Amino acid sequence: MSERAAKVTPTDDEQTDEQITDSAAPDAATEPDSAAETESETTAEPVTSGAEAVVRALENAGVEYAFGVQGGAIMPVYDVLYDSDIRHVTMAHEQGAAHAADAYGIVSGEPGVCLATSGPGATNLVTGIADADMDSDPMLALTGQVPTEFVGNDAFQETDTTGVTTPITKDNTFASDADHVGSDVTEAFALAREGRPGPTLVDLPKDVTNGETDREPDEPKTPDTYHVQERADSEIVAAAAERIENADRPVMLLGGGVIKGEASEACREFAIEHEIPVITTMPGLGAFPEDHELSLEMAGMHGTGYANMAITHCDTLIGIGTRFDDRLTGGIETFAPDAEVIHVDIDPAEISKNIHADYPLVGDAETVVEQLAAAVDESPAATKWRAQCQQWKSDYSMAYEAPEDAPVQPEFVVEALDEATSDRAIVTTGVGQHQMWAAQYWTYTEPRTWVSSHGLGTMGYGLPAAIGARLAADDDQEVICVDGDGSFLMTLQGLSVAVRENLDITVAVLNNEYIGMVRQWQDAFFEGRHAASDYNWMPEFDKLAEAFGACGFRIDDYDDVADTIEEALAYDGPSVIDVHIDPDANVYPMVPSGGDNGQFALTEDQL
Amino acid sequence: MKRGLEGPAPEERPTPAGRRNKQGIRIDPEVEATHEPRRTVISALVAHEPGVLSDVSGLFSRRQFNIESLTVGPTDDEERARITIVVEEPDPGIDQVEKQLRKLVPVISVRELEPDAMRRELALVKVDAADPASVSAVADMYDATAVDSSPETATFEITGSRQKIEAAVETFSQFGIREVSRTGLTAMARGTDQTAGADLTAQPADEAKYGDNTQPADDD
Ligand SMILES: Cc1ncc(C[n+]2csc(CCOP(=O)(O)OP(=O)(O)O)c2C)c(N)n1
Ligand SMILES: [Mg+2]
Repeated sequence: MSERAAKVTPTDDEQTDEQITDSAAPDAATEPDSAAETESETTAEPVTSGAEAVVRALENAGVEYAFGVQGGAIMPVYDVLYDSDIRHVTMAHEQGAAHAADAYGIVSGEPGVCLATSGPGATNLVTGIADADMDSDPMLALTGQVPTEFVGNDAFQETDTTGVTTPITKDNTFASDADHVGSDVTEAFALAREGRPGPTLVDLPKDVTNGETDREPDEPKTPDTYHVQERADSEIVAAAAERIENADRPVMLLGGGVIKGEASEACREFAIEHEIPVITTMPGLGAFPEDHELSLEMAGMHGTGYANMAITHCDTLIGIGTRFDDRLTGGIETFAPDAEVIHVDIDPAEISKNIHADYPLVGDAETVVEQLAAAVDESPAATKWRAQCQQWKSDYSMAYEAPEDAPVQPEFVVEALDEATSDRAIVTTGVGQHQMWAAQYWTYTEPRTWVSSHGLGTMGYGLPAAIGARLAADDDQEVICVDGDGSFLMTLQGLSVAVRENLDITVAVLNNEYIGMVRQWQDAFFEGRHAASDYNWMPEFDKLAEAFGACGFRIDDYDDVADTIEEALAYDGPSVIDVHIDPDANVYPMVPSGGDNGQFALTEDQL
Repeated sequence: MKRGLEGPAPEERPTPAGRRNKQGIRIDPEVEATHEPRRTVISALVAHEPGVLSDVSGLFSRRQFNIESLTVGPTDDEERARITIVVEEPDPGIDQVEKQLRKLVPVISVRELEPDAMRRELALVKVDAADPASVSAVADMYDATAVDSSPETATFEITGSRQKIEAAVETFSQFGIREVSRTGLTAMARGTDQTAGADLTAQPADEAKYGDNTQPADDD
């Protein structure tokens, strides 16, 4: 363990709310508390410009935080934000702004807001927008644009932002006049949140934000052409209920949609009432308590053996809020091949997209689960099946070896972090092996505590996501970023933000000095040829953290693990633990891409 | 140290009897489950605003939908446009085309037209006019209207089904075709049947089975 725990960083008292608002530097001028308060009490002044309408739209929508980076084309909006009660967090990179907004959306359920200037600002957001799109996270991106008269002329910092983001947004809009721009923003906000959530974007040409208007934005409302079906067809519900009653081998598969649809409680009650074993997808972690005996945890490529056995052998699969992604299904031909599929989803396009739904139930997850609960009179007679699932739980236990004399095993570190934190602690991750260990060995019991990049698999997500999660979380929720060395390197400039804003987050870098997940695949499928996966050299992350003004720790041995974690958690502000783990540790079980879930490998030679 | 987890090896595990096909449908020996591609017409009513056409065409390329033609034009309502798309996909693909189109915010309604729907396409065909009498005889055969002529060329407008236009182009080719320009298909449901109207409640969001609409869509 590092001896240099004592750090010179701003304490809580030195950091005021006003510093967080709009401060580009820690020493930015601050207003006294009272000024902000009086302002929020008086009725707002009428808007006079497009930019004021944009900010008013955000205020009306109840936005508390925005994450972004300044720049020429977005300056009019920032100038208005400067006087707003919305707390703007200046990020070190726009990608971080988008991830922070995304994580804010995951934890709070309300769209996270990010801002960037035109051109490179907007293109830097792209990865984060695509990430939110793949994971259906509510997010609103506002981008500056060159003045309308220059659009199309390859003006300085001009990018066709709506063109670039069309495939990766739920919807986007090029604001074309100052009178409408406020309502463009409220509409985009409402769209990001309603139905299946997702990122929306409003591109704001500078002449529009600078333009005069006295038009107040409309209330947040989705466009007339946007429809969400809340309740599923009652005949199909009845047929599905009958199928559940007669199931021999039922399984519930809870996806991220359960969490987004606030259906965790309804699913929990339904599963317990009818004693149906429960599996989650990776985005569904936290939808059902993993310490419950009905829980089989996560299925898919690195899911548990028991979840993959159960999903392969079930005869009735109740999939809720899942899009049957290929990392979950493995090869389609062998996915739940004996199962009649009941598929609940708010997005009709997900029904029978990848896996044919025998009972398609389009609607809001909570509403439809309640419909099902009302329609199912008798629990399925599945005693034998439950016993079989329990048997698989012991046959394919996740227990790992951790000999004292071997390097620290990553699973041990994840369990120690889980042990040291509360049930409501929030975990964010990068992408790679560490992400899988964090998914497998942390016991998730609450929705909105797992914040990760699933569909896009974006390395570098973890730290900026921890920043967004921290601001959305309650004060008593710890925020832990389980990161990889490679992933951390991609966005660690975000530490400057965490230090400036004095955010209490703990980053545990599972440092194997490898692009570990790639190294694991190379060992399995490329004859161990470690092309561009061996870093050989890594900065000392604990010292790097200190250079940023965060608190740095290092773990090399088992003996250090518990104490160091405790110290890092106790530190009120950002801390980084550089955990030197066994570089050769691999993630198991593993279903190779397109493989048969039931044939998961437990060791490399089974691949 | 030993790496990996304990448990029965893959070959020691029970395996289920069933399988699914590539479309994710359980293979039921009783029922023929594979769906062959078929050509059909999808009509969409959309908000007449910038970017809709690129949204729709981007969707088709991004999702690898097999599309034969796409036309767009205004309607009687100046705020709305109609997009007509000819796709060739198996039933699950057609289902996806409709659902993905409906997800686009500016799209008001979408439907697949019945095989008997009215379909029309327009073509301009410019041919060598060395033998004006024969050329105009062929034009008469296809109800083609002369639009332009010059000492060397004659240009005709032909309207009709795809087959008719193809046949006309083929027949004109004996004179030497200089250029052909075709509009792609536009279509409309017959009688009181509505093509793709503003009535949003008519959209079946949770259709359980793929339609029986499996006869080939012939153009009239
Ligand atoms: C932005 C990005 N680039 C590349 C990849 C491909 N990739 C997936 S996992 C991985 C290795 C990640 O390394 P590290 O963060 O150290 O995690 P580890 O697997 O070692 O735990 C890479 C390069 C990716 N997912 N995202
Ligand atoms: Mg690594």
